[in-house]
Amino acid sequence: MSTQPAIQPADPTTPSIVEVEGIGMIYPGGTVALEGVDLDFPTGEMTTLLGPSGCGKTTLLKIIAGLLEPTAGQVRINGTPVFGPGPERAFVFQDFALLPWATVLRNVAFGLELQGRDKAEREQIAQASIVKVGLGGFENAYPHELSGGMRQRVGLARALCVDAQVLLMDEPFSAVDEQTRRLFQEELLRLLGNENKTVIFVTHSIEEAVYVSDRIVLLSPRPGRVNRIVTTELERAGRTADEIRRQDAFLDTVEDIWQTLKEYLADERMTE
Amino acid sequence: MPISVAFPTFIETMTALFQMFIDGRIFRAYGDTLQPLLVGVGISGVFGVIFGVTMGLSRGFQWMGEPIFIVMQAAPMAALIPLVTFVYGIGLAAKVCSVIILAAPIIVLNAYKAVRNANPSLIQMCHSFQGTRLQQIVKVIIPDASPMIFAGLRLGVAAGFIGVILAELLITPTGVGDLITYHRSVAEYADMYAAVFSIMLFAAVTVGLLERAEIAFFRPERKKRKDA
Repeated sequence: MSTQPAIQPADPTTPSIVEVEGIGMIYPGGTVALEGVDLDFPTGEMTTLLGPSGCGKTTLLKIIAGLLEPTAGQVRINGTPVFGPGPERAFVFQDFALLPWATVLRNVAFGLELQGRDKAEREQIAQASIVKVGLGGFENAYPHELSGGMRQRVGLARALCVDAQVLLMDEPFSAVDEQTRRLFQEELLRLLGNENKTVIFVTHSIEEAVYVSDRIVLLSPRPGRVNRIVTTELERAGRTADEIRRQDAFLDTVEDIWQTLKEYLADERMTE
Repeated sequence: MPISVAFPTFIETMTALFQMFIDGRIFRAYGDTLQPLLVGVGISGVFGVIFGVTMGLSRGFQWMGEPIFIVMQAAPMAALIPLVTFVYGIGLAAKVCSVIILAAPIIVLNAYKAVRNANPSLIQMCHSFQGTRLQQIVKVIIPDASPMIFAGLRLGVAAGFIGVILAELLITPTGVGDLITYHRSVAEYADMYAAVFSIMLFAAVTVGLLERAEIAFFRPERKKRKDA
């Protein structure tokens, strides 16, 4: 995955699918969540927004999704400014956001239902998506019957269903336990390997960020600004998850990011 | 042996109730009582839910409606029943009105609060998949609010029972209210208690059936949970 930029060096036909320019966000009440954020998200890459809580990473993701309106700046998808949610972006929610009264099948098909596709067609697409995320056999279960990890698979399947080019994931694994989380990370990589999607992923876990992404954007807190962009140089091809985690490149990147984050925390203590 | 003539034994009361079924008095009484009750609860239910949902969705309607219904819910509306007779006389309209003033506020306020407290995360999810405002209301907000709307309807129906019995006791004695007043006045206490017992049972069963209907039509996942 990290070799992708080398395969397509500065190809003008595949520029960044998502561009964020001069984004600022001031919440009513005067809290400055983001200030002057400029970022490009290259097509087909997995980029993580990483930072301590309160750095505005979820705010930035929701602005890209069109769920929040920034107070300054602009988001462009494929070069066109956007002002709301669109079919080229799909969101995976931290709290899953599943309809408790609907079965897994209907939940997964919900994005298509909103588009007005007919029932047989959308259920067929949803079915394929359910199998893809490993939930085959649970089509008629209700969310309360599923574990946290399974619920998030439903959320992921729903986002895959609408076939958006950009997948926006807001701390998708924060509500599931560590074991499930690791398995889920591996599966996510395997799944996305076949999908050629651009993924923007928000997390506060350094290891998760390094493990899953090609590029890590470090945001500094209060107000949220882009502090550093780290490119991970992991050898993923033909390696198991454990081998990837034991690479020097993995460990060094984790350490490097931790040193940067530690500075934020130290700064914050001094200002308190 | 009864403690006093005013407290007949359980057996005596049940015998009186059975007698009422045999000679058909109870059916005639319920025929009279159910009319204002059904009309009143029907109007309160349909318009109350519509108005409450609208209040939940629109700040303007909330501004207009909330103070009125909060006052109506907090004030002892039964005190207004004599006033109702000045306007609507002593017929069916007055009794329907009594049911409505007791049942509507709680139905409206519950529906309003249910919609206002609909899960914001689900609303955001609907928005992110480009759901229209109408889809958002029909497919997310109302189903999410339905348990609380139905709780309001159950409370409203219970309040409607209070309204209709109060009307029958205070305006003109008809139906079950008549059974109660008449048998009290001629000291047939077993019959009086039989009428009181029947209306309590009837109200409880009605409210219970409403809950069943809600689960069957709106919350399939709760049905499954109950079966399991």
